[in-house]
Amino acid sequence: MPIELKHVTYTYMPQTPFERVALQDVSLTIEEGSFTAIAGHTGSGKSTLVQHLNGILQPTSGQVLVDGTDLAARGKAALAARRKVGMVFQYPEHQLFEETVALDIAFGPKNLELPEAEIEQRVRQAMEFVHLDYETYKDRSPFQLSGGQMRRAAIAGVIALQPKYLVLDEPTAGLDPRGREDLLQRIVQLHKKEKITIVFVSHNMDDIARTADRVVFMDQGKVLLDEAPAKAFFAEKEIAQAGLAAPQMVTLLTKLREKGLAVDPAAFTMEDGVAHIMKALREAKSC
Amino acid sequence: MLTDITIGQYFPGDSVLHRMDPRVKIVLLFFFIVGIFIFDTRGAYAVMSVFTLLLMLLSHVPLRMMARSVKPLWWILAFTFLVHLCSTPGEIFARVWIFDFTYTGFWQGFFVCLRLVLLILLSSLLTFTTSPLALTDALESLLRPLKRFGVPAHELAMMMTIALRFVPTLIEETDKIIKAQQSRGSDFSSGNLMKRVKSLIPILVPLFISAFRRADELAMAMEARCYRGGVGRTQMKALQIGGVDYLALAVTLVFAAVLGALKVVGV
Ligand SMILES: Nc1ncnc2c1ncn2[C@@H]1O[C@H](COP(=O)(O)OP(=O)(O)OP(=O)(O)O)[C@@H](O)[C@H]1O
Ligand SMILES: [Mg+2]
Repeated sequence: MPIELKHVTYTYMPQTPFERVALQDVSLTIEEGSFTAIAGHTGSGKSTLVQHLNGILQPTSGQVLVDGTDLAARGKAALAARRKVGMVFQYPEHQLFEETVALDIAFGPKNLELPEAEIEQRVRQAMEFVHLDYETYKDRSPFQLSGGQMRRAAIAGVIALQPKYLVLDEPTAGLDPRGREDLLQRIVQLHKKEKITIVFVSHNMDDIARTADRVVFMDQGKVLLDEAPAKAFFAEKEIAQAGLAAPQMVTLLTKLREKGLAVDPAAFTMEDGVAHIMKALREAKSC
Repeated sequence: MLTDITIGQYFPGDSVLHRMDPRVKIVLLFFFIVGIFIFDTRGAYAVMSVFTLLLMLLSHVPLRMMARSVKPLWWILAFTFLVHLCSTPGEIFARVWIFDFTYTGFWQGFFVCLRLVLLILLSSLLTFTTSPLALTDALESLLRPLKRFGVPAHELAMMMTIALRFVPTLIEETDKIIKAQQSRGSDFSSGNLMKRVKSLIPILVPLFISAFRRADELAMAMEARCYRGGVGRTQMKALQIGGVDYLALAVTLVFAAVLGALKVVGV
């Protein structure tokens, strides 16, 4: 079953001079098992959109259904539906508060009132998953970690909830290239191995090219485009309107082709692209 | 949601009141407040109420927003009115249990409440039509003469500016942290008192940390731009008293004369 947004409109501070419509009639379906990327310019409403997915924001008008349950409803079913969606906010390291890393990661599972043994098990798994060695870091204060480690600890805190859907709002912002690469790999693994549905907000089209199987462009609170990557990356008009740039590999391949090299621009992931270029070069040489 | 609060209450606009010099506004407000307490006849109250109403209309601030600023004091007003109503000796018109309601009490309560409401409305008119920045500028300028006696006018104003500047930021931050902890399943609205207080820890700790971090960064940034207090500092937009202000002054004088006359006549 999917997450469905039906005609969602959201207004910040309604009926004041600061009123601002952040989402306008957004309809979107996030299929189970998909890896959806949401891209868009600063202020286009990405964060507002994803905060609807676990009921943190309630639409001003419209509906959000998770596995068929309306999140606006009261009662146990809606609460359970909200808990299926894990949310990693922008700069999640700002929410750390406990004395030790392990306690902080255990905060979520504790709120679910799980038994002690299970909590410890989950903390261990989550930490290992984000590459924080359990024995080394469990008793450290989260405030003594480096920025990247803090980020990973915070993400582990959400993964320990074992959500069915995981929403990440610009998880790689402000990380160094290595940390960024590492985190992306972890997320892809979550998707592949644990079969978690991922919603991934990012400015970075290269990151999106490597991970997503579906791309949504937002512009001024509206969905501008909702396509498979193979189509989305070639929608030049929409990319420009959304204030984005096509992935570097797509740009490179297009340029090479203009110069007469027989490459296929649809090979937009780094590995595919490199392989394609190598092959084309070899063929060009041999004749 | 938390971010729906409008702190500082500034309502951007371009009315006559918005264009007045903030210093003049503060000084006139001071005189009005003194006036409210000096002139206590019924005629004076009527004139002052009408005048306040006119000012409210002049400001172009929606009446709904003005009403909102009185709302938090609703209970105090009701309580004040009741105390006056049943504790003033005079002609009794009703009796509930051991309380005697008198006519004198009724009017006295009514006027005390009216006074309070006028006070609140006039002061919120100041904050509605003056941006926090202009307000602190004005305070600094008004306090400047006191510098001779060791009052750190500039530093006080700077502190106020910074505090006001960071109120919305901290509210936003709190909102974000609450959302994040809610996503991790924390629950702030159920359980006994102990449990609720405890559920604030996951919010307060990150909030304090971020406040300290911001303070630190700000201090660094100010120092990097050679800030060293108010000595020799000039302003890009210096406050200036203009035509509107003289007009306001004239209106106030006429107003004071009318009230004075009413007081002498005794209406
Ligand atoms: N708490 C808030 N109160 C009022 N307006 C808000 C609030 N949060 C966001 N907005 C406004 O809503 C619009 C959408 O904001 P949102 O945070 O969803 O953008 P975004 O696409 O996530 O941007 P970014 O890439 O910078 O994170 C923006 O114009 C913003 O000014
Ligand atoms: Mg955002």
